[in-house]
Amino acid sequence: MESKAVLALEDGTIFNGTSFGVSGEQTGEVVFNTSMTGYQEILTDPSYKGQIVAMTYPLIGNYGINLEDFESQEPHLSGFIVREASRIFSSWRANMSLDDFLKKHKIMGIEGIDTRALTLHIRSVGAMKGIISTEDLDPKSLVKKAKASLGLVGIDLVKEVTCKKIYEWNKQGKHRVVVLDCGAKHNIMRELAARDCHVIVVPASTSFKKILSLKPDGVMLSNGPGDPAAVVYVIETVKGLLGKVAIFGICLGHQMLGLALGGKSFKLKFGHRGANQPVMDLRTRKVEITSQNHGFCVDLETLNDKKVKLTHLNLNDQTLEGIRHLEFPAFSVQYHPEASAGPHDSKYLFDEFMELIKYATT
Amino acid sequence: MPRRNDIKSILIIGSGPIVIGQACEFDYSGVQACKALKADGYKIILINSNPATIMTDPELADRTYIEPIDPDFIEKVIEKEKPDAVLPTLGGQTALNCAVSLWERGVFQKHKVKMIGANAEVIKKAENRKLFKEAMKKVGLDLPKSGEAHNYKEALAVVERIGFPIIIRPGFTLGGSGGGVAYNLDEFKKIANHGLEVSPISEILIEESVIGWKEYEMEVMRDLNDNVVIICSIENFDPMGVHTGDSITVAPAQTLTDKEYQRMRDASIAVIREIGVETGGSNIQFAINPEDGRMVVIEMNPRVSRSSALASKATGFPIAKMAAKLAVGYTLDEIPNDITKKTPACFEPTIDYCVVKIPRFTFEKFAGADTQLTTCMKSVGEAMSIGRTFKEALQKGLRSLEIKLFGFEGPKIDPTAHEIEQKLRYPGADRVLYIKAALQKELSIDQIFDLTKIDRWFLDNMKEIVEFEGKLKSLRGKKVSTQVLHAAKIMGFSDRQLAGFWQMSEEEIYKLRKEKNIMPHFKQVDTCAAEFEAYTPYYYSTYS
Repeated sequence: MESKAVLALEDGTIFNGTSFGVSGEQTGEVVFNTSMTGYQEILTDPSYKGQIVAMTYPLIGNYGINLEDFESQEPHLSGFIVREASRIFSSWRANMSLDDFLKKHKIMGIEGIDTRALTLHIRSVGAMKGIISTEDLDPKSLVKKAKASLGLVGIDLVKEVTCKKIYEWNKQGKHRVVVLDCGAKHNIMRELAARDCHVIVVPASTSFKKILSLKPDGVMLSNGPGDPAAVVYVIETVKGLLGKVAIFGICLGHQMLGLALGGKSFKLKFGHRGANQPVMDLRTRKVEITSQNHGFCVDLETLNDKKVKLTHLNLNDQTLEGIRHLEFPAFSVQYHPEASAGPHDSKYLFDEFMELIKYATT
Repeated sequence: MPRRNDIKSILIIGSGPIVIGQACEFDYSGVQACKALKADGYKIILINSNPATIMTDPELADRTYIEPIDPDFIEKVIEKEKPDAVLPTLGGQTALNCAVSLWERGVFQKHKVKMIGANAEVIKKAENRKLFKEAMKKVGLDLPKSGEAHNYKEALAVVERIGFPIIIRPGFTLGGSGGGVAYNLDEFKKIANHGLEVSPISEILIEESVIGWKEYEMEVMRDLNDNVVIICSIENFDPMGVHTGDSITVAPAQTLTDKEYQRMRDASIAVIREIGVETGGSNIQFAINPEDGRMVVIEMNPRVSRSSALASKATGFPIAKMAAKLAVGYTLDEIPNDITKKTPACFEPTIDYCVVKIPRFTFEKFAGADTQLTTCMKSVGEAMSIGRTFKEALQKGLRSLEIKLFGFEGPKIDPTAHEIEQKLRYPGADRVLYIKAALQKELSIDQIFDLTKIDRWFLDNMKEIVEFEGKLKSLRGKKVSTQVLHAAKIMGFSDRQLAGFWQMSEEEIYKLRKEKNIMPHFKQVDTCAAEFEAYTPYYYSTYS
């Protein structure tokens, strides 16, 4: 028998659906993702910590879950919202259904709700706190709980998803790269390893002195969840690393670099989450289609340092997508060159990082 | 990059009479192009032999020639009008073939007419199997094993190397006409000889059979600044072996993981760059082995195609209009998205619904025609439907065919097990009806897959419809809950179908729905899954 589940938003909006995955009750920030493929990567992306993710594409689960396409060990999001979760999966690589995967990792799913109406609501009102429940179906009580939940602003979620101790992703390579793990997607490490890097992953709380003692040729500031302004210790670490080693920041890593350089961050109304965001490389005027997942953004106007050059711009809303320091070997992008899920147009940035490492180490 | 100012007048070649494989979609693309370029101040000269087209309406072009679309007549038009450029990529295969022969005759060179959209080298590289094969190898893409032949003796030598079953395609023909699949030497002899006869250059391509593989199409656009975007992916419900024009097709692709989709996207970008289509749209077809995921490139159309029209309607991205603008030098980031206005056309549409295209056949009008579906296109039209689920879109599409189907229905007479097996194994116009019959006779998804090679995901969705129909029928004479009635509408059942299940009239079902307030919503096609405000969207009805 199908069991009822309710999604309630803090502003009182209610959606009735059906439960899949596990039953229970979970709060989180409700956001939408417009990717048509890649739900497995999205489910396992640590940047979704604290969020309930709605997929705008209505048919999810069609190709199941396979053993290869993981971006971390397990899903981190608080809940998963779809129009229709496929009851079967069809793929030569799949070994499990979406439903079984969510059950295995104790994640709540809700299906059968009008995801387009939800998306329109979030687009016009903004991302907001919400709750999914199969236990309490009373709208008033749920809205109250959603309102009372912590949300994302000012909360350090990085400490929830970073690795517990230092580990080596691979055993050797021409360049030694330290990944400062704020919730790094595995494909960042895969891309580095594919470029002959010896990849060492360190917890987000690792000090700049400790990082430098590992004698890296380059440091990768990874993606990660939540409010950048709440992760003060990483910003301090980046300040310590600036000018001493080649730095490449991705997503939250970009925000860390931006804040370390004196910029301020702000919360976007509903964020950028999808695989079709056009970004212009201002150096070549060429446009790349990018994979994005961020709710916060570094304010272009606050980066007053004349030594910081704007390199990439979002063509949809003209927000900041990439910067490069003119003196120190450091650059960063707000989007995801490691893709997974999403297009591969921006992989050249990993090659630029290799160039920067060569430049900085000679 | 700004528009080209070295061009003042442009000759657009239409596609001529409506034939199987080339119908009004090229009128649609031609009209878009005429409007876009005229609005931009170019003088448009049009040649199209078909006066029953919108593009030949007097106000669309500056000069319209209703003359045969062949090189001799086009040359006369060029002599008289002296256009600066010719845009041959919007009039289907007819326009493309004419342009190549005019270039070979030196007509464009003599009158200093620039080919825009795609030049002759590009067209040849895409259409000549040998050149295409070399180009694909150069960028590291896999192809089915193949060989070409110019006479029957050469053809035999190729078939000995590859083995049966094999596919035969004649070079430079419309909609793959004159081609087919051969499982033995007798069939091969018949098809090969016919193919050699109908090909204007007496050339046939003989290819490793990838029959039964999953078939995909990608609609790609490129501009002069080398920006490349994918407008739409399409997955064929009918696997390889049935011409795309005769297949039920679905947008977007339903059964590819992101890794596989991105691999196909990368391949598409590599193909359009290597073939060298500088501006405009191309359609690239792929086949994937369902057992192990091996992906091969099937072919590329360096022009606006039948599928472009579908992709335009499916996504809200006007491919032909954009192709025309890119041909005169604009780049994708300079053109606003028609629907959202505030975001640029340089992006990849994302959709939040499912689109199903179903071909329409009229074999009753072609006495003696072989009704089995092959690699040679036989359908004369199609219905396109949009729903929030495949199930809803499929049922809407089937009743839009105007063949007295009111949803996913079975054949009118009760078929035998043998008849079902034959109908599933050898695809015909009514295969989808027999899938229903097979599901009702409780053939398993695997059994149906073995006979049809239609992906299990599609088959299981159809099984869900059949199962729910069983549940609905069991409610005959009972009180139907709002929840069940709503669920039936969400799954795409028509009032007429429900009336049949419950021995009621269509009007009674409508009244019942009205009482329970179960009415369709109209949702937008907006290119962006509601991420941005839409100013000129269009709508589809849905109950979910």
